[in-house]
Amino acid sequence: MSILEEAPAKHVGQSIRRKEDPRLITGRAKYVDDITVHGVLHMTIVRSPEAHAKIVSIDTSAALAMPGIKAIFTGDDLGDLVAPLPMAWAPPGVEIKTPERWPLARGKVSHVGDAVAMVIGDDKYVVADAAQAVRVEYEVLPVVVDVEEALKDETLVHESLGTNKTHEWSMGGGDVERAIAEADVVVQRRIVNHRTAGASIEPRGVIADYRQGSLTVWSSTQVPHLLRLFYAVQMGISEDHVRVIAPEVGGGFGGKLQVCAEETLCAWASKKLSRPVKWIETRSENLAVTHHGRDQVDYVRMAATSDGTITAFHAKIIQDCGAYFGLLTPMIPELGAFVQTGCYKIANVQTDIVGVLTNKYLTDAIRGAGRPEMTHMLEVTIDQLAVELGMDPLELRRKNFIPKEEFPYETPYGIVYDSGDYELTLDRALDILDLDAFRAEQAQLREQGIYRGVGFSTYTEICGLAPSRAVGPKGFGLGIGLYESALVRVHPTGSVSVFTGSSPHGQGHETGFAQIIADRLGVDPSVVEIIHGDTATGPMGLGTYGSRSLSVGGVAAAHAAEKLAQKCKAIVAFNLEAAVEDIEVVSGRFQLAGDPDQSMTLAEVAGCAYIDASAMPEGMELGLEQTLIYDPQNFVFPFGTHICVVDVDATTGKVEIVRWIAVDDCGPAVNPMLIDGQVHGGVAHGIGQALYEQIVYDERGQLVTGTFMDYALPTANEIPTFELDRTETPSPSNSLGVKGIGEAGTIAATPAIVNAVIDALRGEGVTYIDMPLTPLRVWQALQEARGDGGGPRATEQGVALPDQGEGSAGSGPTKPEGGAA
Amino acid sequence: MGTTLPLQMTVNGALTDSDVEPRMLLVHYIRDELGLTGTHVGCDTSNCGACTCLVDGESVKSCTVLAVQAAGAEVTTIEGMIGEDGEMHPLQEGFWAQHGLQCGYCTPGMIMAAADLIERHGPGPISDADVRKGLEGNLCRCTGYQNIVKAVQAAAEAMGAVAA
Repeated sequence: MSILEEAPAKHVGQSIRRKEDPRLITGRAKYVDDITVHGVLHMTIVRSPEAHAKIVSIDTSAALAMPGIKAIFTGDDLGDLVAPLPMAWAPPGVEIKTPERWPLARGKVSHVGDAVAMVIGDDKYVVADAAQAVRVEYEVLPVVVDVEEALKDETLVHESLGTNKTHEWSMGGGDVERAIAEADVVVQRRIVNHRTAGASIEPRGVIADYRQGSLTVWSSTQVPHLLRLFYAVQMGISEDHVRVIAPEVGGGFGGKLQVCAEETLCAWASKKLSRPVKWIETRSENLAVTHHGRDQVDYVRMAATSDGTITAFHAKIIQDCGAYFGLLTPMIPELGAFVQTGCYKIANVQTDIVGVLTNKYLTDAIRGAGRPEMTHMLEVTIDQLAVELGMDPLELRRKNFIPKEEFPYETPYGIVYDSGDYELTLDRALDILDLDAFRAEQAQLREQGIYRGVGFSTYTEICGLAPSRAVGPKGFGLGIGLYESALVRVHPTGSVSVFTGSSPHGQGHETGFAQIIADRLGVDPSVVEIIHGDTATGPMGLGTYGSRSLSVGGVAAAHAAEKLAQKCKAIVAFNLEAAVEDIEVVSGRFQLAGDPDQSMTLAEVAGCAYIDASAMPEGMELGLEQTLIYDPQNFVFPFGTHICVVDVDATTGKVEIVRWIAVDDCGPAVNPMLIDGQVHGGVAHGIGQALYEQIVYDERGQLVTGTFMDYALPTANEIPTFELDRTETPSPSNSLGVKGIGEAGTIAATPAIVNAVIDALRGEGVTYIDMPLTPLRVWQALQEARGDGGGPRATEQGVALPDQGEGSAGSGPTKPEGGAA
Repeated sequence: MGTTLPLQMTVNGALTDSDVEPRMLLVHYIRDELGLTGTHVGCDTSNCGACTCLVDGESVKSCTVLAVQAAGAEVTTIEGMIGEDGEMHPLQEGFWAQHGLQCGYCTPGMIMAAADLIERHGPGPISDADVRKGLEGNLCRCTGYQNIVKAVQAAAEAMGAVAA
């Protein structure tokens, strides 16, 4: 479409095709590994095969003598780095013991895969050969992998800290102990939320090119501006001399929300060698040293009166941090705590979190980050409570839902939910399911020996990170506020460039943001170019994670465009000799209200602003450009209902998902097609965790699931066809009314599956099973419930425990069979 | 650099002629020697399928084939799927229309695997289950596969309509 043609009035709400796709489906996109820089050297890293050891010696002589090898560096060589790798959370009043994490190990290694040396040479085959020739002598130290074992401090991950316990963080509202003492029914469970990987299909990659005091870095990152800021701190290069580019990024899922050792190493080596340096992660490295997610042992108590009023919910979270902290490691469970009461009015609530170090790789934010874990505890425990009460689990949920009339609703933690209509999504989902028909079918199938079950998850989550004062250094304690920026530039011929600080990796910003801008400036989305991921072009931005892009970055872009539209209207009013308030954007034009003949296109307005100054009102600045930083006033709280129907093969324990119904509410849709895509992918991620995926370390701290042969990502054959619907409850938190949707599916999914499997097997006596629900675990649970023996007690982790914290086996070591599908 | 061997093959219709190390993987030959970076590397163990291309019409995972094994072969990569007139292949059109991709990293491999799937199945309607089974060797972390299945079905139908 030409920029001079008329555009349709409204693009927001339309499922228009993605603008980014043509380059992606033709092989023309440029991910980091597709970028060639003249003179580039390749880097690979020698990594520790030991989980905990002193480095006695490193002999690089044989490797250095190999043809094509330019240099090998170890931790001792990097003494000029100003700061270790960052951890960005310092909550006021909370003591956090942060182990120093350097890009190359200094004196000892603390997990398998810890970086010991970097080998740099002419090509990637040569450096791989040479890395094999680096001889490292280790003195092996005792290893602790079980998080509850680590809590005893008998084996220390970092002697210098004197303890494995890094921090404790508590929050309370009401009086949980009193409510539990006075309750008619109390359920207690130990719930393990196991360790998983983000597993973007593009591994990480970095190219750094340091020339004449300036550093240019291409990185597969979700946070280019944060990376630039950190380079300035760590390497002492001022930000105006650092340019970070996130080119095409092949998925993130939180795994690229990190400031990585390899980013520092490439930059440092480039400066040292005066050559560009490139590092591309292998999948084995990705599974070993791209941060993991989840990994909590949770002790929950939920109390209710006999009529089904939930009176208290207590969560004690033991977080397995791994051997170090990443950017946000100790903060992850806290993010979940903010929605501990979920969709329900629960007057008394308490969260007690303890962070623990183990000899495994660090955990950090992976899709949902704390909220999937909390939602899992809550939604699984509600089903357990329903059984104790002898109540229908949906009736129990409805009885405790926050009614839609009570929004905005303040939780006992002082969090203010913006809007919600939980009954509506549940009703809509049940319309699709037809519960009565399902129960009849379930009974009929049972007679045929088929174990079918249904599970529900009614969730709300907190996203749209974040109001900067609330989350910043003097609030929640993050090292920086989480505003977002936009620069909207109308060019002289009326096309538009929008620079956003948000940094997509598959979400579809170039399309969705263009729809928003197009409506405000009266043009077609095809002439609105969204430019992202380059610190040299747009203003400071915070990146893409936490389902924040649309509700923070999109709103920033909308506001900037609205300000520009005001200027456009003033120019149009001047030229049409009309009042500004009578000018409106209609059918792609700025038009005098009610008079289609009296109008100007954006191209004509831009002509005034750039070319013919006499057509501009007296005193108005020339040009059409607006920069804006938007800082949200509140979070947003998407919600919805997910229903999972499963068949369990009682002979093999295999779980098959028969139906998946999801009704989500993320406010008014900008592009419904993109929303559905996010829900599909989000739920698939949750299905992966619930049934197939698990990062497994053995008792010596060896990573057992180091390739995709062992770490079982679901294929198309394991994922059902989703039945989706949406409701649209606008958020009062922002002017678009929008909420995030990127993580919602992952947050909602896992309890629906676990509840469904338990529903299928309850008649057999199965009451609880921890994820992942592999055939072995399900089969064992059945054997145990039927009193047939069958090996270790698969369900013991879910049995009510007499004493909080007196657990048995932890989240690891776990037998490798759990990880393979 | 060790010993090299002469290597000729036809890639996207053009003859290539190089000297390569015997251990060079086909995917590295395609990407690094020929500069065709639409073929991606995602796993190194033949699980993810991001590196899938066609060798003599059959889909192969080019991270697990030595370049010299493809000597004399006809290789097609994602860059070769566009027609000479610049028209997108029905699979490319299908992935675009059905929102069959998000980050796009697995997409070229998916499209090449699907091309082989449709070739073996024959153009025309193809069931959801057949597509899912046929694409088992290709991993996607973004889409949950549903729109990929729709994209392949749409392409197969479009190709069937042309063939009929």
